[in-house]
Amino acid sequence: MSATAISTAQPRAHATGYWTAFAIVVAALVVVPPMLPPFWQRFVTEILIWGLLAMSSDILIGYTGMVSFGHSAFFGLGMYGAAAALLTVKPPSLLLALLYGLVAAGAVSVFVAFFATRLRDIYFAISTLVFSQIFYVIIFTWTDVTGGENGLTFRQPRLSILGLWSDVFTPTTFHWFVLTVVVLSYLLVRRITQSPFGMVLQSIRENEPRTRAIGYHVERYKIVAVMLSGLFAGLAGVLYAMQNKFAAPDFVFFVVSGEVVIFNVMGGMGTLVGPFAGAAFFLLLRESLSRFMTEYYLIPVGIIFIIMIIFLPQGLLGFLRRRLNS
Amino acid sequence: MLVLENVDAHYGKSHVLHGVSIEVRAGEVVGLLGRNGVGKTTTLKAIMGMARRSGGRITFEGRDLQGVPPHGLAALGIAWVPEERRIFKLLTVLENLRTGLDRSGMTSTRRDALLDKVYAYFPILRERRNQAGGTLSGGEQQMLAIARAMVLEPKIILLDEPTEGLMPRMVAQIQEIVHALHRDGVAILLVEQNVPLTLDAAGRVYVMEKGTVRHHASAAELRADQRVIHEYLGV
Amino acid sequence: MDQIVIQTLHGLVNGMVLAMVASGLTLIFGIMDIVNFAHGDLLMLGAFVGATVLGMTGSYWLALLGAAIVIAILGALLQVTTLRPLIGRDPLTTILATFGVSLVVQKYALWQWGPSVRQISEPVHGDFNLFYLQYPWYRIVTALLAGLIITALWLFLKYGKYGIWIRATTQDRVMAQAMGIPVPLVYTAVFAIGSGMAAASGVLFGPFAGVTQTMGFDFTLRAFIVVVVGGMGNLGGSILASIFVSLLESYAAIMVSPAQAVIVSFVVLVLTMLFRPTGLFVPTPK
Repeated sequence: MSATAISTAQPRAHATGYWTAFAIVVAALVVVPPMLPPFWQRFVTEILIWGLLAMSSDILIGYTGMVSFGHSAFFGLGMYGAAAALLTVKPPSLLLALLYGLVAAGAVSVFVAFFATRLRDIYFAISTLVFSQIFYVIIFTWTDVTGGENGLTFRQPRLSILGLWSDVFTPTTFHWFVLTVVVLSYLLVRRITQSPFGMVLQSIRENEPRTRAIGYHVERYKIVAVMLSGLFAGLAGVLYAMQNKFAAPDFVFFVVSGEVVIFNVMGGMGTLVGPFAGAAFFLLLRESLSRFMTEYYLIPVGIIFIIMIIFLPQGLLGFLRRRLNS
Repeated sequence: MLVLENVDAHYGKSHVLHGVSIEVRAGEVVGLLGRNGVGKTTTLKAIMGMARRSGGRITFEGRDLQGVPPHGLAALGIAWVPEERRIFKLLTVLENLRTGLDRSGMTSTRRDALLDKVYAYFPILRERRNQAGGTLSGGEQQMLAIARAMVLEPKIILLDEPTEGLMPRMVAQIQEIVHALHRDGVAILLVEQNVPLTLDAAGRVYVMEKGTVRHHASAAELRADQRVIHEYLGV
Repeated sequence: MDQIVIQTLHGLVNGMVLAMVASGLTLIFGIMDIVNFAHGDLLMLGAFVGATVLGMTGSYWLALLGAAIVIAILGALLQVTTLRPLIGRDPLTTILATFGVSLVVQKYALWQWGPSVRQISEPVHGDFNLFYLQYPWYRIVTALLAGLIITALWLFLKYGKYGIWIRATTQDRVMAQAMGIPVPLVYTAVFAIGSGMAAASGVLFGPFAGVTQTMGFDFTLRAFIVVVVGGMGNLGGSILASIFVSLLESYAAIMVSPAQAVIVSFVVLVLTMLFRPTGLFVPTPK
């Protein structure tokens, strides 16, 4: 809905405004974090990673209309895939970590995609929940391979470009690396959602039977959507693994999927930028509230979440957009 | 008693009713004729609060129905027998009737009396009272749907195409029922495509076409001069 | 051999408790199309309330009753405040809303009762002698109680005046309204009943493993699985499915660890969704 609105109403003025804002935000993200104290610099990097994960989920929820509670599986497998590369191949290679992680996440997404085409709505949501739990149980109990409860720790790979130049990451260069990956991913996903392919996805969300009746092979589109979503979620997992140098089963647990959905709803579904805003909002809330309330921060955040579902279903971005337009 | 003034209504995205004005007075049988798709059922749905109203007013005994929640209409005295009958298929005949019989203010003596009365009109329902609604034949389901409305002791029944798909013998039975209800003083808004039945049962008739009322006359006039009927219904 | 008998008993007992939980969930889904993510957490809250009442009064039965009533009221309040505004919207929103409720309820329980495990002591002590094996009496009592409560629910739905209203509303909401049935109230009542049953299940299950904040999620997950396998909205089906799945899990636990045995129920779910999506125990696929 929102994507088509952008492309039909005052295209040129809207586009320049959009790209200017985009450039400003990216510039800020390049320049500001190195000036922040280390904790907050890491915080911004984490927001980017979680935002990427939430954006991957938005492809399904916001554009195709498929709620998935299984993103923790893709994320977790990206994480463990990277861990596998960084632990088994010496010296630890950035490229291999990316490769292993994406392949692992991709494989799972094919598996999930298969079910996506046979199940609708609630059944799909429940089964993605079940799958992420299956993976959680496997990872948690297969202690020999995955380290079980304790997870795996490993070293960060070096940043190497085409084998010509390589150097150790500093928090700042790592941040820029993540920023680059995230911006490229965002641009790519944006291109995809605004393409004819993306239009079909939205049409599936609006009215699936009609889309099918027109002649589109809905199953194929759904499969591709799930795989795209899974790949980007896995990418987020790889980045997270590299930032924190560990992989743990907690991240495969369903709660992560739930949080991702929260980011989507809070930020605005179907906007691609919304998930980042939602992630930032949630993480900032968590940071500030947990100072006073430790783990009980989820009580007010949960209540805010419910209130937003009822009164602000378009999320923060939807709310802002309406304000700006009126 | 029931007055629709200039009602505009939408069903989904299509604008179905345009300025429909209809009146049913207490105890009257009023017919609503028209071809398929002209908006007869939508008119009933608008009264029942199921179609989106974008203009006009609907009042019952002077009270605007705009603010009345869908479950409040029965208490006001409006009963609905939909086109598809909508029997609760997994409930028995008796349970179907109980959905109306068990309303507040009913004593067990009144309930038993009502039940007996309804069984007197429809003996077959007494026979099948413990059978699931879904196992009844089309005609029996129609009778159950009407009985279910009667059990609400309504002031007006909105009857939507009661004879559709029924054998001639059943059609005659429905005709009998309409007469009996009229004698009981219940008003009826009868939507039908069966012209002879409508002209026989109703006092006044509205004819609809393309979402609006085209003609309004007494049944006697329409019986005498069949041209209007030919024009709008092609029969 | 002994193992198999013991595991069968485990499966049956767990199955009955799960059946109670699943009944509430499937009732709620059948009538208002809501997938109640918070169902297991209401169970957990009920267990805590039960533990507290037990601590105050020393009576297991008061704990059971008290928990059910308190959580039923809470359920009604939740439905009116968070779910009623969402009627008519995308069903996705109710899943999200109940998920939000689940988070809040979990942390609230942590806040109120702290992280330590609460105990609900068994209502009856001693073991039951089956041939030469011993099985705790209270577990059998629990299964019987669960069976009684489910039967009471069934009788209420079948013969009670409000039971007929509930069944009519489940089958055809619009026609039920036309008959004067106050559907919004029926929704609230059903949610309250479901919540109350979940809470009672929590108290029943309390003596098995202690009361913790996280006990809810396991039940929610299993209840979802069982409701789908039994046919969504199908009360009898979810009861049969509960016993079936619990038995399978119990037998699987002979060979693998209990944590891994849960995969069995996942597999059953997946197979059901692929081959008999309307439910394993539904007679004719529609």
